[in-house]
Amino acid sequence: MTTKYDVLIIGAGMSGMAAGIRLAMFGKTVCIAEMHSLPGGLNSFYQRGSRKFDVGLHALTNFVKKGTKGHPLSKILKQLRIRYDSLQLKEQKSSKVQFRDLEINFSNDIELLISQVAKNFPEEVDGFLELIKNINIHKDLLPSKDFKSARQFVGQYIKNKMLEDMIFYPILFYGSSTEHDLDVNSFIILFQSVYLEGFSRPMGGVRTIIDILLDKFNALGGELRYRHKVEKIVTKNSKVQGALLNNGEMIEADYVISSIGYPETMSLVESQQVTTPAVGRISPIETIFIFDKKPAQCDIDSTIIYYSNQDRYNYQKPTTAIDETSTSICLPNNFSDCEYDEGVIRLTSLANFDLWDSFKSTEYKAQKQKVVEHSLETLKAVMPSLNGELKFQDVFTPKTIKRFTGHMAGAVYGSPDKLPDGLTGIENLLLCGTDQGLIGIVGTLLSGITISNMHILTRDWKG
Amino acid sequence: MEMNTEVVDVRKAVVDIISDIALDEDLSEINDGASLRDQLDLDSMDFLDIVMELKKRYKVEVPSEDYPQLATLESCVRYLSPKFCQ
Ligand SMILES: Cc1cc2nc3c(=O)[nH]c(=O)nc-3n(C[C@H](O)[C@H](O)[C@H](O)COP(=O)(O)OP(=O)(O)OC[C@H]3O[C@@H](n4cnc5c(N)ncnc54)[C@H](O)[C@@H]3O)c2cc1C
Repeated sequence: MTTKYDVLIIGAGMSGMAAGIRLAMFGKTVCIAEMHSLPGGLNSFYQRGSRKFDVGLHALTNFVKKGTKGHPLSKILKQLRIRYDSLQLKEQKSSKVQFRDLEINFSNDIELLISQVAKNFPEEVDGFLELIKNINIHKDLLPSKDFKSARQFVGQYIKNKMLEDMIFYPILFYGSSTEHDLDVNSFIILFQSVYLEGFSRPMGGVRTIIDILLDKFNALGGELRYRHKVEKIVTKNSKVQGALLNNGEMIEADYVISSIGYPETMSLVESQQVTTPAVGRISPIETIFIFDKKPAQCDIDSTIIYYSNQDRYNYQKPTTAIDETSTSICLPNNFSDCEYDEGVIRLTSLANFDLWDSFKSTEYKAQKQKVVEHSLETLKAVMPSLNGELKFQDVFTPKTIKRFTGHMAGAVYGSPDKLPDGLTGIENLLLCGTDQGLIGIVGTLLSGITISNMHILTRDWKG
Repeated sequence: MEMNTEVVDVRKAVVDIISDIALDEDLSEINDGASLRDQLDLDSMDFLDIVMELKKRYKVEVPSEDYPQLATLESCVRYLSPKFCQ
């Protein structure tokens, strides 16, 4: 059987849905093929009993107040025709980076971070202000194709290596596909989205965003097929023809936009000359705890804590199953409002995909239990006042991520080889999402929008 | 008089398009003679959307060299009115 569309999109993650909405809005016939039975991809959700959980979402970065002009958040809202209020954003209280006992707090007001740097690293504050000034001059920056070191850029302003690591921690953690360092453009984009804009959480979690996107896409007449895996991207003379699905169906399309990653996409193309992009090394493991008390009842007010038990932060694939030196702890109850009536705590650490992939079932279970114990110990060290009763626990591993999202090696931030222009080298086969180089919910939504605008809508329109 | 109703309609068509794009903006106090970009949160991506919506809704085409004609509501009406009549 063959069906024909203007555009076939592979994957119903954030970027795929955004691309679908844009294209359907301007009259394209669009089909999204999603292998999973749920939308959202890396930012999905699941349910255990009556409890609802988010898979990705610690925080929606890029927070700005309603009416603030010229920021990525307002850009995507306009492009997707979404009302600000419908996201029901609840701001973070404040978050902190904590290395052993030294902590630096930050919030959606950059002044807090500046005052914290002044207090803890008085000799660095002038440099820090200068750094902010030099980041502020950039607007609408795109990820660059050639890697330039962000460490080198920041080193011009910050001399203290511990402070440097503290600044880098949330940034690397929310969006670097490369270890230790990242490209300077990506650093600037993420610095703006984390420190100069800020964190919020939609009431209801990531579902709130996904529901809005799905409603839009459906209302525009888009077609979304769950449990339809693309097995092969079909090309002829280096031009895309469509794709073959796991049910044997051939979908013909003028354009194919893939959101599944660069190496993942190329592995589906049957051709001798395709490139083989590198597979990313960064994959997380997450423990979710539910307590009968909310953190605030135990005098814990931080929204996210980026913790390291060293003076430095090692953002790299650990040689052990889990990186035991650092964990980021997200407390969704500590956004200004939250629907959870129990205390929810999520601990996310870097993990080694190969090891998790090699564990056989009993070993896998035992290793997961070890992670739970390690997470409880970390909680004791970081928040000794926490005293609720543990009601529920769950762990997802790099292997879970690979299984549910198809990302090779469970690499959440994709390949270190990015394609900022989305062009794969095969005519009309475009890449959007993580491996275009924009990361996170806001980043990947923007990616789906930009790739559709740049290569299909405007091209079309220019004739 | 005929001329006049047309002017009003083109203005309304453009305002409707802008309000569908920038859902959070209040367009009731807009100054027709002043730059849209300065008054509203509109960037080049949004202007492209205005152009694409004009084509979608009214089959009116605006070639890229004419984009500056869309700078203010007044200039929109002046530039688009003859095109709406065709
Ligand atoms: C633990 C964790 C925490 C995170 N925290 C945050 C956060 O706090 N804030 C934030 O902004 N971002 C966060 N992120 C990052 C964010 O989730 C991602 O950057 C973003 O969701 C990526 O979207 P995407 O569209 O690029 O790709 P994906 O979400 O990976 O979408 C790809 C889709 O394609 C489907 N697919 C794959 N292969 C095929 C195939 N062959 N055929 C059909 N379908 C296929 C997959 O099932 C998936 O749905 C987090 C991610 C994780 C994992």
